[in-house]
Amino acid sequence: MRVALFITCVNDAMFPDTGKATLAILRRLGQDVAFPMAQSCCGQPHFNTGYQTEALPLVRRFVRAFDGYDIVVSPSASCVSMVHENFAQLASLSGDASLQSDVAALVPRVLELSQLLVDVMGVDDVGAYFPYTVTYHPACHGLRLLRLGDRYPSLLAATEGITLLDLPDAQECCGFGGTFSVKNADTSSAMVQSKVDNVLATGAQVMVTTDNSCLLNIAGALVRRTRAIRTMHVAEILATTRTGGESWRDAAPALARSSA
Amino acid sequence: MSPATGPVVWAGSKPFPRAARTQLAKSEQRATLNRVTHQIRRKRAVVVGERDDWEELRRAGEQIKTRVLRHLDIYLEQAERSLVAAGVTVHWATDADHANRIVHALVKETGETEIVKIKSMVTAEIGLNEFLAQRGITAVETDLAELIVQLADDLPSHIVVPAIHRNRREIREIFAEHLPGAPDTLTDEPSELARQARRHLRERFLRAKVAVSGANFVVADTGTLCIVESEGNGRMCLTLPQRLISVVGIEKVIPTFADLEVFLQLLPRSSTGERMNPYTSLWTGVTPGDGPQDLHVVFLDNGRTDALADPVGRQALRCIRCSACLNSCPVYEKTGGHAYGSVYPGPIGAILTPQLRGMDDPVDRALPFASSLCGACYEVCPVRINIPQVLTHLRAKAVEHDRVHGRHHLERLVFRAVAKAFDDDDLYATGLGLGLPVAHRVAGSDGIHWLPLAGAGWTKSRDLPRPPQRSFRDWWSDQGLDAAGGGSIS
Repeated sequence: MRVALFITCVNDAMFPDTGKATLAILRRLGQDVAFPMAQSCCGQPHFNTGYQTEALPLVRRFVRAFDGYDIVVSPSASCVSMVHENFAQLASLSGDASLQSDVAALVPRVLELSQLLVDVMGVDDVGAYFPYTVTYHPACHGLRLLRLGDRYPSLLAATEGITLLDLPDAQECCGFGGTFSVKNADTSSAMVQSKVDNVLATGAQVMVTTDNSCLLNIAGALVRRTRAIRTMHVAEILATTRTGGESWRDAAPALARSSA
Repeated sequence: MSPATGPVVWAGSKPFPRAARTQLAKSEQRATLNRVTHQIRRKRAVVVGERDDWEELRRAGEQIKTRVLRHLDIYLEQAERSLVAAGVTVHWATDADHANRIVHALVKETGETEIVKIKSMVTAEIGLNEFLAQRGITAVETDLAELIVQLADDLPSHIVVPAIHRNRREIREIFAEHLPGAPDTLTDEPSELARQARRHLRERFLRAKVAVSGANFVVADTGTLCIVESEGNGRMCLTLPQRLISVVGIEKVIPTFADLEVFLQLLPRSSTGERMNPYTSLWTGVTPGDGPQDLHVVFLDNGRTDALADPVGRQALRCIRCSACLNSCPVYEKTGGHAYGSVYPGPIGAILTPQLRGMDDPVDRALPFASSLCGACYEVCPVRINIPQVLTHLRAKAVEHDRVHGRHHLERLVFRAVAKAFDDDDLYATGLGLGLPVAHRVAGSDGIHWLPLAGAGWTKSRDLPRPPQRSFRDWWSDQGLDAAGGGSIS
């Protein structure tokens, strides 16, 4: 099984550690990952802001970059949703029949990290260790578009030492919404304040979610209220182990000679 | 085809971002909206959760409505034949003004100067009350929440609960000041407020000769009209007056009586979180000696055929006005309905208003952007309108409108430049390689607290983290990891 990592532009530029964590989890489970350098952005910012024509070359690029891999995995539910929800529409907009068939063939192979772990690799415990109280925010596109359900909550629950605390109104949007947070900054701010109130109400030491773009928003507002709560991508907890701690942040872990 | 005219959007409305800022500052309204939307959400979740076949019901509702829209001409003509056969006079109105003139002529004929009204979105859409008022006819709203809005000379902010933005203390004040005959001792006990409204409305019901209604459904094969309500005040309007005028959007027709089965299950659960609403009125033409003897139906287009012409946007015409999307929307929950500037607020309003009116007004162009695209609206919609899909579709239309009319050059340039950079191997990698170390140093260990221009809205309430020194791709290259591998050893 040839697996390619789709890191996403936000993670590539702002949260490289999430990519390292994804690599660490998969290598620990015996699955190597490639990183095609031709990848960049899925075009979601363009598509969602009304610039569909401008998003089209990025669809072509995505198809070219990940051609030939059995699975494309990403630690971003939102970018994976973009591929699943809108690539077919954009391809048909292009009128290019070969792009349409390429997209149709590729889209089902693009998975969010927990889908690869749980559905394809059949993992229910990734061997993580994280002795803290944690609250999990199911970000909207993973929740409602990909229907990730309890994949992450159950992987977190299997983590040694962890205490999971329920987030009140967990299913409510944090108010990020890409350019929504800029075009409608006041409304977005009001929304993120409610999310922060709910995170604080849990008393958790750590707050995690599936998307660093949403985390950019939640953590950005949270840090103005307190520096006592740590925010992380959920993959960063799953990458952390009792023996290695968070050493995956410094160097790529060796590929486990797993017999799984 | 005719774009909507008249006050779908209220005069003086500001584009959503500005209007929202005004509404967000109202802390008492924020608290009321937060409480009530969460309450209705919980109630809905309970009664929807009771049904194993909820998804099938949603699909049935979607399919019936889709079929109607595909063959709208046929079903409308069938509805007209059935209505006429049952003794109803049918009128056709291309736009708001046309419909208002028809209704006015029908009221004027009777010589009446006061009519009673059942709460109806479509008559709010065409601004009927104002049209009649200018011609000396008083239209009395008989839905309790609509009455509160009317007495306060306020604007409705919700499709089902127009006074959702008012709490009982405010309602007491409105009644004390504006309700004829309200006692000085009036308290804010809900039962006391309801008693006063009932006393006021009973007098009007008993003397009314003309009523105006909308309709939730018009059954094509029988000519039956249906009104779904909670209070029974609609029933009074439908039974006591002599002349009943029903204004109905052309998308309200359904093929057969049996199709009501689907919608009468979907609507109350989605709308008020009830298994069944208290009053469902059905009437088919004139029944001699019983109820109104003089029935009129005014079918209204007002931009609907324009929406129908859009293959993506037309799904908005499936809407049965339940408000589930408003109640579930985190944006609506914060801003309330007035921020949308339209009689149709919330997610459905954000896709319906610009489709009925077109994109020439900045209010309409801003509405499709009034959403974080979280998808909560689509999840609860009883007729499966993919609101996020229509929103992004209309955003593209708004951007195209801007391009054609030479607006927002800078934004377009930025998005084009970013797309170009993302689609250029060297530019993207080099940009990250050179840019990140600089950004890392400039930001400092504390993160970014202030950004200029478009970023200012972000940093008013949020920091940005300190960018890393190196991108993921540079880290990967430094590790000497294979770019093209990725096979499993197991």
